Amino acid sequence: MLDYAITIMLTAGIYAIFALGLNLQWGYAGLLNFGHVAFMAIGAYTTILLSLNAVPLPLAILAGMILAGATGGLLGMATLKLREDYLAIVTIGFSEILRFLLLNWSWLTKGSFGLYGFPRPFQDLVAPQNYNILLAVLVLLVLAAVYALLEILNSSPWGRVLKSIRDDEMVSLSLGKNAFHYKVQAMILGSSIAALSGSLLAFYLQYINPMNFQPIETFYAWIMVIMGGSGNNRGTIVGAFLLWGFFSGTRFLEGYLSFGPSAASATRMVFIGAMLTALMLYRPQGLMGRKEELAIGR
Amino acid sequence: MADEILSVRQAKKAFGGLLAVAGCSLTVNRGTIVGLIGPNGAGKSTLFDLISGFVRADEGSIIFREKEIAGLPAYQIARLGLIRTFQIPRALMRMTVLENLMLGAGHQTGESISAAILRRRTVRIEEQKIEKKAEDILKFFDLLRMKDEHAGSLSGGQKKMLEMARALMADPMLLLLDEPFSGVNPTLAEKLIDRIKILKEEGLTIMIIEHSIPHIMALSDELYVLNKGAVLSQGRPEDVISDKKVLEAYLGAGL
Repeated sequence: MLDYAITIMLTAGIYAIFALGLNLQWGYAGLLNFGHVAFMAIGAYTTILLSLNAVPLPLAILAGMILAGATGGLLGMATLKLREDYLAIVTIGFSEILRFLLLNWSWLTKGSFGLYGFPRPFQDLVAPQNYNILLAVLVLLVLAAVYALLEILNSSPWGRVLKSIRDDEMVSLSLGKNAFHYKVQAMILGSSIAALSGSLLAFYLQYINPMNFQPIETFYAWIMVIMGGSGNNRGTIVGAFLLWGFFSGTRFLEGYLSFGPSAASATRMVFIGAMLTALMLYRPQGLMGRKEELAIGR
Repeated sequence: MADEILSVRQAKKAFGGLLAVAGCSLTVNRGTIVGLIGPNGAGKSTLFDLISGFVRADEGSIIFREKEIAGLPAYQIARLGLIRTFQIPRALMRMTVLENLMLGAGHQTGESISAAILRRRTVRIEEQKIEKKAEDILKFFDLLRMKDEHAGSLSGGQKKMLEMARALMADPMLLLLDEPFSGVNPTLAEKLIDRIKILKEEGLTIMIIEHSIPHIMALSDELYVLNKGAVLSQGRPEDVISDKKVLEAYLGAGL
């Protein structure tokens, strides 16, 4: 039972960090990033490959964040001057290109065989069977720190400019705010946060291959953000725990279904879809969002 | 004139085959209110877009405070002290009235991401000052009791007021108002005229696009009539309004 709780803590915590990065981009800046998982992959692979080559873990994690931030910033610079949906097209395309690159760049990434046997933080402090407890604490601490940082930013004048861009970029420009600059910053910061979650995911799974970073992961983050209420960091965290709670809570039900395992897991996705539809019908602002903030185009 | 703050020289802008602004020249002197009228489609709003940098002029020069601004991005022009409002009010719907105003303040330390994290004390003190200023301006526009409402819940006329209030937060030197009276009820409009006059007395230079002739006559020191993208007539409002060319443009030829 404890194992079970810790597993949920770990996965939900890691995905909450991942989704917080997306919430900064979508919920606060209004950026349609459909390739968020790419930055998680950059974080995971950079950290692993560097630490396998004797780079200390903190530096390896930081390098992943910087590389992901730079990539996110470059993608933003290339597309953010265009209409907003171009960012969505370019990011989802990029995330798939990156995944295929990781699959085929075999001498570096070992392709579909994946990477394992890499160092994990503080692994000598506890017995291997207790490591997940330590990692769960670490994940929750990182989650708390990321949350605190984002709350500080979002209640600052910087966050105010970001929200104004989400609402109406013309207004931001007319008041002397360099909207492009802010959107690129949101891309950089959100992508580095995704990279951080990617490093943690690698430590938890102990084995990483490109199939961990399929587009569906991005949309899990979208579900978490929308379920919790776009633009609400606490809501995003609640959304992450609810979604993973639901995933693991329904896993044991599969045994009771008369059809095979793949049909059973598809059934769960149907349930999630139905739940989301119901939520959007009856509470379109999400669980913790504010109704007034839905006044789009009124 | 010696004391001009804005001078537009032969500005041109075509959208495809349509010449929206066709070699338009005008001058705005410091401390005056300049009115801009003309039939629908005369190019008034496009001219505002050119001056404020939201649309780039094909040709011509725009000098603001002795500086060429044609070709500069909109946000840089705004930072020089040229602030505009929009014909269709653009309230930031999902932000409160107070947040809308606080956004308007220029040169905020906390708008830099590093300062927002590292210099929180400075930012907090600055925020208090900005909030105080915002409340004063809201009071001036009779919006103070709405300060914590989401801007999306304001009426059309209130949104117009909000936009003007937000523009004033930026301490503009030249304020471009695009149809500030549209959707504003007559009682509120009378108040708004008084407010605009007070702003002028305080030294603000204002340029107004407006369809309501009585309002524009009450406010303007100088009036320009635009037709088909060019200046048709200019001068003292009472002279311009009785100009035969102007009547023809408005009511059709053959009068």
